[in-house]
Amino acid sequence: MTSSSLFVAVRCVFVRDVTVALRRSTDVLTPLVFFIIVGSLFPLGVGPEPNLLSTMAPGVIWVAALLATMLSLSRLFANDYADGTLEQLTLTPHPLTTLVLAKIMAHWLLTGLPLVLISPLLALQLNFQYENMGILVASLLLGTPVLSLIGSVGAALTLGLRGGGVLLSLLVLPLYTPVLIFGAGAVSTHALGMDVEAHLSLLAALLVLSVIFTPWVTAIALRISLD
Amino acid sequence: MNRFETSKVECVRGDRPLVSGLSFSLQHGELLHIVGRNGSGKTTLLRTLCGLSRPNAGQIRWNSTDIHVLGDDYRALLAYVGHANGVQGDLTAAENLHVATRLNNGTDTLVKGALERMGLTRFAHLPTKVLSQGQRRRLALARLLVSKKNLWILDEPFAGLDADSVAVMEDILTDYLTRGCMVVVTSHQKIACGAKATQHITLDS
Repeated sequence: MTSSSLFVAVRCVFVRDVTVALRRSTDVLTPLVFFIIVGSLFPLGVGPEPNLLSTMAPGVIWVAALLATMLSLSRLFANDYADGTLEQLTLTPHPLTTLVLAKIMAHWLLTGLPLVLISPLLALQLNFQYENMGILVASLLLGTPVLSLIGSVGAALTLGLRGGGVLLSLLVLPLYTPVLIFGAGAVSTHALGMDVEAHLSLLAALLVLSVIFTPWVTAIALRISLD
Repeated sequence: MNRFETSKVECVRGDRPLVSGLSFSLQHGELLHIVGRNGSGKTTLLRTLCGLSRPNAGQIRWNSTDIHVLGDDYRALLAYVGHANGVQGDLTAAENLHVATRLNNGTDTLVKGALERMGLTRFAHLPTKVLSQGQRRRLALARLLVSKKNLWILDEPFAGLDADSVAVMEDILTDYLTRGCMVVVTSHQKIACGAKATQHITLDS
């Protein structure tokens, strides 16, 4: 197939997924509201000690982002699997890997990006210093796409299973640890006044690696789930 | 001259052998009608013929090349309407058809005609979740009309259709077969269409 028809197909999948998600606005809002609520519970739980809160802030925000992404993963393929559109997608004359990447990009745009945009607000609640805000946003901007990418593998593997949600978190959460360590680490390190280049470089490396490999693995997992 | 053939295909679902030693050869303008009781493996066989599942033994070939070797080239000439309609409930009928067109290198200008032929023009701008089961089935079948494919594989295409729609679908099949294409279909009812030759396979297990 020519590259222009592949481009048309990729754009079509992306636009379709974004349109569908926007029409099911609760699907988009749930992870976001969850993120805000989890972040707001911490000051209530650990007490309003400003220094403690600002030390914890990077970790809390990152863990909340991780869990919020988890929550949204099932909608990545489950609906399409149930109504048969996923089957039709695998029967198109285009590499499934590329189409899967378009689906993941649409997922990130409506799950990861809103989390990134709302995170400064959550950080303020946790008495986080303004000067570190840029690094927090930058680390989330690099890290949340990795969460969507890695999560897609788990979502594809647990497709159509009973109790797939629990299995999905068991599969995916351990794989999220490097992102959490370098993401939250970047913010804490910056707060201590040290150089964060190493952390951000590693996050970027994770992003590059997962863009290259995870859509491919997800496509294979989808073909197995549909067999 | 295209040829679609299988040799000694065997399908197993779980531990249960459903189809074994199935061989057929289909040429242009021919229809293959697969019949069998519920649970005899018709859907499994069709999914295998599409390449969604691999046969446990035997080969499926398009013009003497295995379909798994052809890959995207095989999918480019194949249209499948399965058990599930493949219709997204939050998109309108027209949007669903446009998606199918763009994903299959079809022609956008054919969408309007396809909706009209399947009697869906009035519902084109409704989200498909409000349509009836039969209307969604018609939309799934309308997908066949928006791209030029050489082989249609249809799983119970008439399920849920009213008598008029069945007649329209039979007309569509006749046109398609006259153009020299091929159809593999499972159906519990007789299919009245002008195929150059109709082959019957009965599955029993």
